[in-house]
Amino acid sequence: MVLGSSRGEKLSPIKLAFVQYGILLLMLGLAAGLWRLQVLDVDSYRVLAEQNRIRKEPILAPRGKLFDRENRLVVDNYPSVTCFLVREQNTNVDADLPLIAQGLDLDLDQLRATLHRFRSQPGYQPIPIKLDVTPDEQAFIAAHRNELPELETIDEERRLYPRDGFAAHLIGYVGEVSEDDLNNPRFAYYEPGDVVGKAGVEETYDELLRGKDGSREVIVDSRGREVGYFGIEHAEPGQDLKLTIDNDLQRAAELAMGDRNGAIVAMDPRNGEILALVSRPSFDPNEFAVKIDRAEWNKLITDPDHPLLNKAIQAQLAPGSTFKILMSVAGLQEGIAQNMHIVCTGGWGPYGYYHHCDRKHGPVDINTAIPYSCDTFYYMLGDKLGIDRIAKYANEFGYGQKTGIDLPGEQSGLMPSAEWKLKNYHARWYPDETLDVAIGQGAVEATPLQLARIIGGIASGGHMVRPHVVFPNQLSSDFNKSIEDSFPGTGDAYIPLDPANWDIITDGMAEVTEPGEFHTAGSAHLEGIDIAGKTGTAQEMSHAALEKTNKGRATNPNVWFVGLVPRRNPQLVVAVLWQNGEFSYYPARIGAQVIAAFVNKKRREAHNLPPEKAAAPVDVGAVWTTPGAGPDSRADSSAREKNSTIAERNLGAGQIHSGHFFVDGNGIVTQKADAAKATPKPRTGRTTPPAANSAKHSPQVAELAVARQPARQKDQ
Amino acid sequence: MPLRRFLSFRDFDWALLGLVLLLCSMSVLEVHSATVHTKFASFGTRQIFWVAAGVAVMFIFAKIDYHRVIDWAPWAYGAGLLALVAVLSPLGHKALGGRRWIKLGPMLVQPSEYVKLILILAVARYFANLGGRSVTWRDILKAFALVGVPMLLVLKQPDLGTTLTYTPILIAGLFLGGINLRQSLILLTVGAVLVGGVWTSGKFLKPYQKARLTSFVNPQNDPRGAGYQVLQSEIAVGSGGIWGKGLEKGTQTQGYFLPIPYTDFIFAAFSEEHGFVGAFFILLLYFLILMRLIQNAQTAADLPGSLIIMGIVAVLTFQIAVNVGMVIGLMPVTGIPLPLMSYGGSSVLFTFLALGVAMNVRMRRFVN
Repeated sequence: MVLGSSRGEKLSPIKLAFVQYGILLLMLGLAAGLWRLQVLDVDSYRVLAEQNRIRKEPILAPRGKLFDRENRLVVDNYPSVTCFLVREQNTNVDADLPLIAQGLDLDLDQLRATLHRFRSQPGYQPIPIKLDVTPDEQAFIAAHRNELPELETIDEERRLYPRDGFAAHLIGYVGEVSEDDLNNPRFAYYEPGDVVGKAGVEETYDELLRGKDGSREVIVDSRGREVGYFGIEHAEPGQDLKLTIDNDLQRAAELAMGDRNGAIVAMDPRNGEILALVSRPSFDPNEFAVKIDRAEWNKLITDPDHPLLNKAIQAQLAPGSTFKILMSVAGLQEGIAQNMHIVCTGGWGPYGYYHHCDRKHGPVDINTAIPYSCDTFYYMLGDKLGIDRIAKYANEFGYGQKTGIDLPGEQSGLMPSAEWKLKNYHARWYPDETLDVAIGQGAVEATPLQLARIIGGIASGGHMVRPHVVFPNQLSSDFNKSIEDSFPGTGDAYIPLDPANWDIITDGMAEVTEPGEFHTAGSAHLEGIDIAGKTGTAQEMSHAALEKTNKGRATNPNVWFVGLVPRRNPQLVVAVLWQNGEFSYYPARIGAQVIAAFVNKKRREAHNLPPEKAAAPVDVGAVWTTPGAGPDSRADSSAREKNSTIAERNLGAGQIHSGHFFVDGNGIVTQKADAAKATPKPRTGRTTPPAANSAKHSPQVAELAVARQPARQKDQ
Repeated sequence: MPLRRFLSFRDFDWALLGLVLLLCSMSVLEVHSATVHTKFASFGTRQIFWVAAGVAVMFIFAKIDYHRVIDWAPWAYGAGLLALVAVLSPLGHKALGGRRWIKLGPMLVQPSEYVKLILILAVARYFANLGGRSVTWRDILKAFALVGVPMLLVLKQPDLGTTLTYTPILIAGLFLGGINLRQSLILLTVGAVLVGGVWTSGKFLKPYQKARLTSFVNPQNDPRGAGYQVLQSEIAVGSGGIWGKGLEKGTQTQGYFLPIPYTDFIFAAFSEEHGFVGAFFILLLYFLILMRLIQNAQTAADLPGSLIIMGIVAVLTFQIAVNVGMVIGLMPVTGIPLPLMSYGGSSVLFTFLALGVAMNVRMRRFVN
């Protein structure tokens, strides 16, 4: 036996007992570990386990819709599908990219770049690669579920804005909440990736429009695959809002403005409701509703005409002669202007520097000074009043202060005074400077909205209003209060005007639009409409400065028109700004178009006339069965006469036919000869809706709209 | 001739077998539960076959005189080393980032599992041959070489888990084989220095192995890497509570949050679905099995028998401690399966082989 020597030897019982106790201790230790996890900390581990397998998937709340004052839909939502790529769900994503790019109509390099940007993110992080997936592309994703498991889609609601930038500046747009926003306590509600109102009504009323997102509790496995779900917390849709704008008037204003650079504000001066608000150049908010691409964004922010700027409330420019209305109020209320009878010799220069008037108006008093827009008269009036009194009246009526409109980014304009100059330039006010201020030049700056409010208020006898774009009665009083606090301004005020002075000013403004010698806006005259107004022309800079900066190149002045209808207690005030528009009777015509549209609509409603309708026949494609093939059927007879193709087919009762027709109110007028032969066109890519082709409004169309008389032929 | 050798299955340790089979049925149950909804749904059934094969192998080895087995040890040791070298050669089968298997026909054999048993026998033989005289440093160095060579080969595969399983064999041999207190203190010091050296040198351990070894301390630091497994395992165990979530109802197990819930993390899966009560029951079974084995070592007829059984006890205890410790976040992730619970042919067969030898030792306790 090899091991003979070891026979009889035994392990020491002490050592074995030592081992046994060691094992017992070890087992107790392990049991204690189990006890700690499974008994003491069971709750926290249960929570972790639930977090592991339950994923909260947000259900996005549809944003509130926007309606115009007559409950016509302005901003809607539409269901949209976004495609995500989840790298974790496939091992070889890179090899799939060409197929994905092809199927989703993406640029391969751009797709690679997108993925590259996300390379440091964990693999389960979904990367959005295509927004607004088309049905075709959805079909592609569905068909490649097995080959491309990394593609995922999610349903969302997106904003659908009117085309062609209709009321774009008033409505604003939505976008993904930015890093800066998230740090702002106002956006405490938001999480990264949320959509938030970025401008206009979308921004101001975001809190109401956004609603409350719901969620769905989904059971997932470790690879994020859905294996079931628990419950649904439904989303609360955002509140619909009724805007004060009138779609008809907004359209008229958009058409009247055309492509010109500037802005229109149309407001009801009795209550401050904004009926139309246009700013040019405009932009398409739909570009923001889906993700705006970088090139488009750069184009928007580098455009020298600032398309994103809402010029109606953000352009601060010298108001020019429109300021003379305020001057007239000040002069009359102070009892100075009534007694001024001057002779305009083409200018005035009491302080050494000669201030020009654009004409030699001859004898002028307050009644003719407004329609003539005689600078000489106002130089003298301004000199008599002095800057302090002018500034007092101007401030009282709201120059240099925000109006408090419920739109973000309103500018206050500027009303200079001796005090202002001392404070900002540490210099004394020279009486000569008052002369520039008196004709709305110098340092005076105003926004179109301010002018609408001020001149509308003066024409209303001093009843000033707070402009707004959303009817306050649909908001809670708390929210109304917070809007007023967030957008402080001059608001509602009453500055009593002497009735005699009121008459003089409003009659003078009515004269402006009457044809007559020296009348500045005779071309804005509308027969049968009590229209009043005031034009304005203002250089962007002084002539001297212009010489320096532009090296003599002429820059057309900014031109203004503020129109009213009717002249006293107006129902509508329209302020028009045309930047570099040269002659002030141009914006007067634009304003007149808006006023005409307003008045025509009022008359139509008052007379209960049917709305204007295009008389042009409509092209209609149709499939029908001949009922009795009787000659009394007009459709049939015309079909037989006009279309040989169908006639050849031996028309009979119960037979199915097809063709194209022109149809008006009385039935079919003509039939397209080639219609029956026409074969369906092969599909060539994406079809463009016809409206997109007529993106540009032509001024002619606008003129047509105004020229049309309200009385229409009555057809039965 | 001395007394006639008398060998009977009356002396077979039926109690031990009962405990082992009870444990195996728990294993089959959990392997089935953890895999039934996956592509590995057949693993439960296959585990039954492995256990059946293991029991058969156990009976065969119970019949073979362990003295004969010990006589084979040098040859087996040589063959084991050859197999380990073969694994590293192109003959080896590569999977899961390591070269650990040899393909024998349709079967994958993991030699390092069987080398475990060979080492138990070789160490038992070595220390038994010292014949109770005090152990010299020379003896200790020889013992180190005996275990160290296969350890290095396995480490090369690389298979850190199995490498570490060889150390308790050596420690048990040294401790029970008769080293004195002074020697053991010196060895502990040297060992500590060596471990520190190995850790910092960076030559022996790959970075991922180091990461695995340390991530259990703060699994949150690396939630997607090595720490992920520990974290998910702790969540599985902890969320099981006292009574568990029920068979096939563990969310961590069924949702694939728990990595490989049928092998290394089977104890986490079992703890999740059967709670503290179930997990404690498993620990109790292990404790009883180990106590029974130690009792067999005590009653063994001679020193080699005792040393063999204690080697087996050392390996099993080490595996249980490391695996359960890993599952509850007290030990690093090393890839050591839980004996008799984890799914896998090599692991099950090794354990039953070892038990077979232990059975033989018990059956011969009165045979001298």
